[in-house]
Amino acid sequence: MLSLNINGQSHQVDVDPDTPLLWVLRDVLGLNATKFGCGIAQCGACTVHMDGRAVRACNLPVGLIGEQHISTLEGVAPTDPVAKAVQAAWVALDVVQCGYCQPGQIMAAIALLRSVPNPTDEQIDSAMSANLCRCGTYVRIRAAIHHAAGALA
Amino acid sequence: MTTPTPRPTMASRRQLLGAGGALVLATFWPTMHHGRAQGAARSGGTAAEQGMLVENAQGVFAPNAYIRIAADNRITLILPNVEMGQGIYTSSVMLIAEELGIDMAQVAIEAAPPGAGAEITGGSTSVMTEWLPLRQAGAAARSMLVQAAAARWQAQVADCTTRSATIIHVPTGRTLPFGAVAAQAAALPVPQKPTLKDPATYTLLGKPQHRIDSTVKVEGRAIFGMDVQVPGQKIGTVAACPVEGGTLASMNRAAALAVHGVQAVLVNAPNNTVCVVADHYWAARKGLRALKPQWHYGPNAHVTTQTIYDQLHDGLSGPAIVANTKGDAPAIIAHAPTTYTATYQQPLLAHAPMEPINCTAHVRPDGCDIWTGTQIADRARDTAVELTGLPKEKVAVHCQYIGGGFGRRLEHEYVTQCIEFARQLPYPLKIIWSREEDLTRDRYRPAYVDQMTAALDDRGFITALTHRIVGPAVVARWDPPELTKDGYDEDLSVTTIITPYTYPAYRLEFARREAPGVVTAWWRGVGGTRGLFVVEGFIDELAHRAGADPVAYRRAMLAQNPRALAVLDKAAQLAGWNTPLPPGRARGVAVQFAFGSYMASIAEVEMPEPDNVIIHRVTAVVDCGRVLNPDQVVSQIEGGLIFGFSAALYNEITLEGGRVQQNNFNTWRIMRMNEAPRKIDVLLMPSTEDPGGIGEVGTAAAAPVLANAMAAAQGRRYRTLPLLSPRNGATGKEQG
Amino acid sequence: MRNPKHTRSITGQPDTTLPRYPLDRVYACLRGSFSACLLGGVALLAATPHAHAAPPASVENGRYLARAADCEVCHTAEGGTPYAGGRAFSLPGIGVMYAPNITPDKTAGIGTWTDQQFVDAVRKGVSPHWKHLYPAMPYPAYARMSEAQVRDIRAYLATLPVSPQKTPENAIKFPFSIRGLMVFWNMLNGPAASYADDPGKPADWNRGRYLVEGPGHCADCHTPRTATFGLDGKRALGGNVVNGWRAYNLTSDKQSGLGAWSDQDLAQYLATGHADGHGTAAGDMADVVGHSLRYLSAPDIHAMVVYLRSIPPLHTAEDTVERTTPPAGDATLPQTTRGARLYASACAGCHMPDGTGRQSSFGTITGARSLGADNGRNLVQILVQGSGMQTTTGVQIMPHFAGGGLSERDLADIASFVMTHFTTATPHNMEQAVHDAKEAK
Repeated sequence: MLSLNINGQSHQVDVDPDTPLLWVLRDVLGLNATKFGCGIAQCGACTVHMDGRAVRACNLPVGLIGEQHISTLEGVAPTDPVAKAVQAAWVALDVVQCGYCQPGQIMAAIALLRSVPNPTDEQIDSAMSANLCRCGTYVRIRAAIHHAAGALA
Repeated sequence: MTTPTPRPTMASRRQLLGAGGALVLATFWPTMHHGRAQGAARSGGTAAEQGMLVENAQGVFAPNAYIRIAADNRITLILPNVEMGQGIYTSSVMLIAEELGIDMAQVAIEAAPPGAGAEITGGSTSVMTEWLPLRQAGAAARSMLVQAAAARWQAQVADCTTRSATIIHVPTGRTLPFGAVAAQAAALPVPQKPTLKDPATYTLLGKPQHRIDSTVKVEGRAIFGMDVQVPGQKIGTVAACPVEGGTLASMNRAAALAVHGVQAVLVNAPNNTVCVVADHYWAARKGLRALKPQWHYGPNAHVTTQTIYDQLHDGLSGPAIVANTKGDAPAIIAHAPTTYTATYQQPLLAHAPMEPINCTAHVRPDGCDIWTGTQIADRARDTAVELTGLPKEKVAVHCQYIGGGFGRRLEHEYVTQCIEFARQLPYPLKIIWSREEDLTRDRYRPAYVDQMTAALDDRGFITALTHRIVGPAVVARWDPPELTKDGYDEDLSVTTIITPYTYPAYRLEFARREAPGVVTAWWRGVGGTRGLFVVEGFIDELAHRAGADPVAYRRAMLAQNPRALAVLDKAAQLAGWNTPLPPGRARGVAVQFAFGSYMASIAEVEMPEPDNVIIHRVTAVVDCGRVLNPDQVVSQIEGGLIFGFSAALYNEITLEGGRVQQNNFNTWRIMRMNEAPRKIDVLLMPSTEDPGGIGEVGTAAAAPVLANAMAAAQGRRYRTLPLLSPRNGATGKEQG
Repeated sequence: MRNPKHTRSITGQPDTTLPRYPLDRVYACLRGSFSACLLGGVALLAATPHAHAAPPASVENGRYLARAADCEVCHTAEGGTPYAGGRAFSLPGIGVMYAPNITPDKTAGIGTWTDQQFVDAVRKGVSPHWKHLYPAMPYPAYARMSEAQVRDIRAYLATLPVSPQKTPENAIKFPFSIRGLMVFWNMLNGPAASYADDPGKPADWNRGRYLVEGPGHCADCHTPRTATFGLDGKRALGGNVVNGWRAYNLTSDKQSGLGAWSDQDLAQYLATGHADGHGTAAGDMADVVGHSLRYLSAPDIHAMVVYLRSIPPLHTAEDTVERTTPPAGDATLPQTTRGARLYASACAGCHMPDGTGRQSSFGTITGARSLGADNGRNLVQILVQGSGMQTTTGVQIMPHFAGGGLSERDLADIASFVMTHFTTATPHNMEQAVHDAKEAK
């Protein structure tokens, strides 16, 4: 049994320590907002926060997490002002198309805005280019991050 | 796919039944009680979140949209096309709501079940085909509700209006919610030709509406096929023989079963795919590694990409089907003082939607439920019927949100596969393909080779044009009756025969060459994406050859096509075509008519080195007829262009020893944010024409507009995709 | 002679290989508790002076030694049955040889060998019927093991499941195909013998020397070769190029060797494949850690550290690199060069802009020599080949990036960016380096 702190709650899970966090979230705990896209940390669809950092859950064996706090999209809203602003911006600009990558994009954007409240385009590209979107919503993601930054200012 | 079989219009087959005090328009609705998919939805969620679940319709298969209004004023719209990012749920709701007199926020939505929805969602046809029927459905229902209310008030129908799902008697100000008269309305005859609103009075259509799926997707509550949770389900992951046509030779079943969490090892009936079933995906994946399936690779074990290209180039000579002819183009070319020929080549492409292929199925002796994302629910159901031997009404397909379709979900072999495994198990099975499986066992956009030859007058304009396409006929496998009796796939006409240009003489030939070792399939933009790269590249070459400005050269060829001319002029103006460029930059242009919509696009690029292209800006002017939801049209163009740029620059699939060599995003590249154009300006032309399709328009433009800009930057043509391929660089052949 | 270019490659699969050993055992090792590993080590120490007594062979000790000697890595084909052989070693100009099946199968394996035949093969390079082995098999190093220890290994191998897998015929070109030539090679370079402890040195130094020079055969990769492919004693552990990868300088030189590493860092690197400030083992070294070193007991790891500390410093320019400290945070990558943009796209998902591991410390690359040393040789290798290492929490994968949408220029630009972002190195002709690495893949 491994103990994990997810969205402020402690969970005991019976999986091998090499199991990536992604599959514990999705298949063991039923937290489905975090998506599977590639399994090799190349697409970012599985982005969650670990002690506030944006990390890829597909490439994070649960045996390496220890006491670190995990939060998923289900857990960041609705009390957090940055998360709220990012989600509101995503809706205001209708960023989503198929929407499958967007939980990961949103988690990456929240982490970005927490560390850089008013990022430039270059800073957004630096932080967000590891997240793939097959529908090609990049132009709107960039705009929505600026929009959220403006709302938080 | 390009032209779904026309379906009967709503008015001819619509039925109306009162059902428990509810107004149910358009179908017999017999099975409310077992409608909700078992367990797939978390309780308490909204319909948009859980609700892509489908009822199993029996009896009459009504053709189009459904409206269901309950006595408590709950309004449910059952939508005929599936949502895969293109925004069709939103525009479908807008069409009904506009005529019905309800607010967008008052609506719950469900996806239509097989047999009741569109047979196919694809080919950018949804808005085109639903434009009239959905408005008629809304108008008919409104008319009946108003009649029922007027009767209760003993008032004149003409004195009543509707707003926000309420009927208002204007002279007295009395109101009734729709639900209060739903039962009475249900007893009235359906108006055969309901009066539609004057577009000048539209309150929703033509005005930007937020997507109805934005919030659930942004909050992570939207349920994609991948997210389906059926009580008792286990997770399987599969490995098919990595070479098409091979079979299983051996495997280490015991080793797989020894992995913690593994429940079963299954082999499908054709003996070419194994499935390891476990408590969770990771255990299944580890089990599959331990299983180490070995394969007989079969007849395609020696296929390489070159095998495919060689036979395509071989098809440039020899017999071909004449698909279209006007005048005697070959004769004109034979006698022309000047001719110009160029050959274009395009690779196999993978789809790789962000949601890897998955399907959940529960096969029982007395029924079968399938939960998946599919653009062809009917076919998925028919497969289940065939494999299980169950009657149609015992098979339910629950359509989920699709995490990217792009044509991939026009295939349903993964549904077949899932049923083949699930029928061996007493519990529900969800199969999840790894990304490696998704990329190496995709069904690919075919590779093509095209050759165009033009006879030219002394100003460099076309007097005759021949175009030969060499490649597979996708429709021959996908929908055999659609192959013409000559063996032509009409999808290939998009942007070739169907074009904004007028040629004095023309001939389109098709030499069919099916690719060995791969299954070929539809891909976003279908014939339009394939054809436009060739045609707009070639026109651009001719302009360049004539020493003409590429916009001016096209204008001269578009004289008889005012809509095309208008988008081109507007795009040139917006992009500043005639203004000087910053140093190091170049522009390219493309014009198209495809999927019922016109577009002109202009790309501004910089190439600091010959193998390095930066796309600074794209300008696109679109005339897609009447615009339903302007911001979502813009969104589709933006995304469609970026999707197409990915294919223009990367996305190539290659084969070695019959195996696909790209297996994940480390080697199969997609455009990322820091490569995407800094600026995409999309302008929509005002129009009162019927709406055209939009989901594939941007994608079709991407490769040609980029290639033409790169040609302007580098002074050489780009006739081979991907554009940075070392194969580029040869010049066209001029004779005369 | 031994410059094996094996054909293993990392495919980018997220779970290429599964841990072959029970994890609880591994945890025990890491904790340094009295686990079976440690007992194995103790048994081994005890066995050394009593080699002549020929005590009953110990399977447990044999398993420990087989791991210390890293037999499995070479005697297993990629994705194949452990110890069933078939891994190819391609020697440029000489040919391709295949590691044989050493399971107890009576025809395909070594089931019919006597113990003495096995001992002679391992320690003298002579297999039954006086067939001379090529020194791809490190018998000169293995000769440091006593006959009794080698019999223990045999006893362990005898417990493995038999595999009928036939080993492909070697394809060695003339004149190297004449096995008899190895007699002369052995006269020049070959086999040493087990030797007595140096009484002037502490026990852990002696134990460390035994592990490093014997079963660990570290010198086979880390010591440069002479003209006849023997180990160059004058430059012992001074670094070498093997399979295209730089096997770094292990001497005590502060700049180019291990002189600046703390004991703790060195021990952690050997035991886990990673130490912050020094990066993560990759390529062949990842195999050595994943299949061998991580199973060694804490006292044995300590002993190796003690011994390595005593290697006299030897400065080598190829192993020298000076690190820089780039700014932290996801938003700090400049987007002005293609290399930087590609790093943000393809690399930052695991390595963060400042080189910190995003998911775990296995991704922390700061301070690694591979970021710049030897004109980025190992950096290019890992981009082209990828790497995977067995750990207690599964296989840590670095996918390769060659052969698809990233051109050689793209990879060269990534390498150049990494070298200048994380070190003071000046990249030279990286496109050629990438091309050569791809060709050799």
